[in-house]
Amino acid sequence: MSPLSRGFHRRRQDPGENAGRIPPGQYLVKDFPVLSAGPTPHTALDRWSFSVGRGGQQKTWSWDEFRALPSQDVTVDIHCVTKWSKLDTAWQGVSVDTLLDLAGQDGPFAMAHCDGGYTTNLPVADLTGGKAWVAYAYGGQPLEPEHGGPARLLVPHLYFWKSAKWVRSLELRDTNDPGFWENYGYHIYGDPWREQRYAGD
Amino acid sequence: MAGTALRGRLTWQLAKVSAVCDETASVRTIMLDVPDWPGHEAGQHLDVRLTAEDGYVAERSYSIASAPGEPVAITVERLDDGEVSPYLTDELRAGDELELRGPIGGYFVWGPGDGGPLLLLAGGSGIVPLRAILRHRERTGSAVPVRLLYSSRSLDDVIYQAELDRPAPGVEVIHTLTRHQPPGWAGYARRVDAALLGEVAWPAASMPLTYVCGPTSFVEAVSQALVQSGYPPLRVKTERFGATGGT
Repeated sequence: MSPLSRGFHRRRQDPGENAGRIPPGQYLVKDFPVLSAGPTPHTALDRWSFSVGRGGQQKTWSWDEFRALPSQDVTVDIHCVTKWSKLDTAWQGVSVDTLLDLAGQDGPFAMAHCDGGYTTNLPVADLTGGKAWVAYAYGGQPLEPEHGGPARLLVPHLYFWKSAKWVRSLELRDTNDPGFWENYGYHIYGDPWREQRYAGD
Repeated sequence: MAGTALRGRLTWQLAKVSAVCDETASVRTIMLDVPDWPGHEAGQHLDVRLTAEDGYVAERSYSIASAPGEPVAITVERLDDGEVSPYLTDELRAGDELELRGPIGGYFVWGPGDGGPLLLLAGGSGIVPLRAILRHRERTGSAVPVRLLYSSRSLDDVIYQAELDRPAPGVEVIHTLTRHQPPGWAGYARRVDAALLGEVAWPAASMPLTYVCGPTSFVEAVSQALVQSGYPPLRVKTERFGATGGT
């Protein structure tokens, strides 16, 4: 039981019927905050590609090829480890199920690699079964670079740092090695409903 | 990406406010006694948790304003539509208790071993973690050359003004005041852009280590201009805040 904070009161609007959609320790925002560790990369589309690989085996799509893949429109709630949550965000992208199928690859874990050197690790079970996408449009518009464009991973059931911006490849692995933020003390899995913000949570 | 991994579990603990200090009309530094503080690096942040009488809980992150080895302090800017920051800047007083855990974040940090030259770029309250870096540099006797470019709306909005007016040897502090300038102001009076950085920043060839902290628009503009002028992106570390509708 936490001690009371003398004189502190709720000032934000009670989320009402949305209360069940907000994980512990989170608050709702209407705008879309930006957080990243370094400068925003600006990769030209004619130099952009996306790969799924394991060992020496790799399947690579150019931007045009990637955009020609079957896509899905999804509306999901997102939860950032820095405490904000945003409901009903609308994305368009390619399901990771589709990408793994086409690449003919599988494995227990994946490392997402991004422009700018950022990485994040995920179990493949959290990327498949209609739970994750490589998204290139947000709100009906091409995804802006500061929000991860041309394309970012979208894994809405985990804290949003797992939805890596500027993603360029998924590398399948046998081991669950920590990615960028995971190496700096953030949780290896990152379930917002269990408030897995930092290592040991 | 040599990192200082944090592996231990971060537990909530009760700190006591030892003193508060108004930095500007809307910014307050809160000094804390934290009995079991594990120590921190310059540039890290911590989480604060408040609990209301009806059980309502709010958590937020704040940059640590003090250097490693100094008592923990945070500097908080009041956001008028915020929930936690007005409480911290207006209500909290010496003797109150505050739940916190940390330190958090191992990337936006600097120690003498990281070298330099250092380019520190602050927009508004983005100065807070950079101030921790400056104090750490001075306390460790580091001779790494530093340039700090600090963008504020007006002179009245400059945080740590007295401290920044007396920089340690080897530290240059350059202000720009974007909205209001006092009579006779001879410094910069515009937003930080490529041209201003061209006058102030270290040449890219000197391989500076750069820390940019401020609102998203500031960080985007500044880091983009630096990369375009040849700064290696991996030596430009950024920390963004704001546009979140409340802190």
